[in-house]
Amino acid sequence: MEGLLHQVFAGLANGAIYASLALALVMIYRVTHFVNFAQGELALCSTYSAWALIEAGASYWVAFVVTVALSFAMGVVIERVVIRPASRAPALSVVIVFIGLMVALNSVAGWIFGYSTLSFPSPFPAEPPFGNHYIGSHELGVIAVTLGMLGLLYVFFRFTTLGLVLRAVADNAESSRLVGIRVERMLGLGWGLAAAIGAVAGIMIAPIVFLDPSMMSGVMLYAFAAALLGGIDSPIGAVVGGFIVGVLENLMGAYVIGTELKLTVALVLIVVVLVVKPSGLFGQPVAARV
Amino acid sequence: MSLLALAGLSAHYGCGPVLHGISLDVAAAGVSVVLGANGAGKTTLLRAVCGMIAREGTVEFDGARIDRMATPDVARLGIAHVPEGRGTFPNLSTEENLRLGACSRRGPRDRRAIASLFERVYQYFPKLAQRRRQQAGTLSGGEQQMLALGRALMSSPKLMLLDEPSFGLAPLVVEELYRIMRDINADEHVGILLVEQNAAIALDLADQVYLFETGRVVMAGPPKDLRGDEALRRVYLGY
Ligand SMILES: Nc1ncnc2c1ncn2[C@@H]1O[C@H](COP(=O)(O)OP(=O)(O)O)[C@@H](O)[C@H]1O
Ligand SMILES: [Mg+2]
Repeated sequence: MEGLLHQVFAGLANGAIYASLALALVMIYRVTHFVNFAQGELALCSTYSAWALIEAGASYWVAFVVTVALSFAMGVVIERVVIRPASRAPALSVVIVFIGLMVALNSVAGWIFGYSTLSFPSPFPAEPPFGNHYIGSHELGVIAVTLGMLGLLYVFFRFTTLGLVLRAVADNAESSRLVGIRVERMLGLGWGLAAAIGAVAGIMIAPIVFLDPSMMSGVMLYAFAAALLGGIDSPIGAVVGGFIVGVLENLMGAYVIGTELKLTVALVLIVVVLVVKPSGLFGQPVAARV
Repeated sequence: MSLLALAGLSAHYGCGPVLHGISLDVAAAGVSVVLGANGAGKTTLLRAVCGMIAREGTVEFDGARIDRMATPDVARLGIAHVPEGRGTFPNLSTEENLRLGACSRRGPRDRRAIASLFERVYQYFPKLAQRRRQQAGTLSGGEQQMLALGRALMSSPKLMLLDEPSFGLAPLVVEELYRIMRDINADEHVGILLVEQNAAIALDLADQVYLFETGRVVMAGPPKDLRGDEALRRVYLGY
């Protein structure tokens, strides 16, 4: 029983990480209807810049805020320079652009920062909270940060005019132009927000998995599984999906298939969701146009 | 001076021109109606005015050239296009659809201004008030057309471009819609460029009529000219 609880809590902690990256995926998907395969590497670059800022003497929170702002700008620029020119091309070419972007970002990070493993600080205390032995402070902190981001996004999409405009662009780009929305700018904004969310995720992941250019490869597969499971257009789905994937992964790893084969859980899940319920648990099925 | 003046307007989708040198006017607070069979180029005309497709020639709105402007900028000048197929946001609620109509309107956008716009739209279309929280995609065809008109009104436009508002609707619903459109034209002092296949009902609203055939204007004049010409009447009005 004790062991099972341990696995569940560890799963929730991992799940929070998948959830935060899945949120970034959902963000871009909702606005552009593209799945951003380069999301993990964007977050990697953000995490490296946070690391560099801290190395250069900035305090943790200054580095955090500056990195999130820089990442936002990086998202806007990438949308403008790389994605927008490619977006008129057939879907398959766009996928190839995303994969190219992923490889390029990864190589740039490796070239600048090297391939050795770096340690990254956590803003949370080293001792587990309240003397419990199920979950560490950092893990609990990551869960809180993820839920906090979900809350902010919910408020943003639901209650602000800008959030409504972003939803409109996702729903019907042509009509958006007819009501005076500058759609391309909104796509840039969506990319900026996704990159900012990814930056927070990267900074939260780095203390757990350590910082090196391959940090994101495994994590992203789980995040894709989480986003698909929850519904690729649903922020709440992303978070619920993240937690489910995290717990499932840990339980399967501990009791069923062993840790070596854990990554296949993500693959199997992706295939099952695509076959059984492509819209995911919380996603909107494609609405029929009258 | 006209509110909208088109001169020598041509447009193409990339495979040869679809409009050939159209000249057409909408008077301030006037109603110009374009009639023509399916495929005559009516929808293309409205799309060309809004910069949704490539075009040549001049488009003048309120005395200024707008033929090089992007679609959102045209909309921000006060041109509300209610497109073919209504163009609602199907996954958003009725209220959100309306709110979007006001999101980049000229003039105040504060809470009170928006609230009074909502009130006016709900006065014209009480049914929309009942459907406030419903997803637009689940509304009936007539309600969707009302929503599209309501969204246009929310921007306090100077000109509305209406693409076959009667399409696919029951005759009673069409009558109701046209009654409201007449009220809007009179009360809000808004010009209308209306495109229809349903000639009989559109003519009642028109003060200027243009007949389109394969992308050309074949006749222009006040409605009585059309009613008075037996050959045209038989083709376009069917009596
Ligand atoms: N997206 C498009 N691409 C190519 N040709 C088009 C397109 N839309 C319309 N057309 C052509 O343009 C002509 C005019 O169409 P349209 O403006 O839709 O006519 P209407 O609205 O009067 O029925 C038709 O011959 C049609 O085939
Ligand atoms: Mg048409």
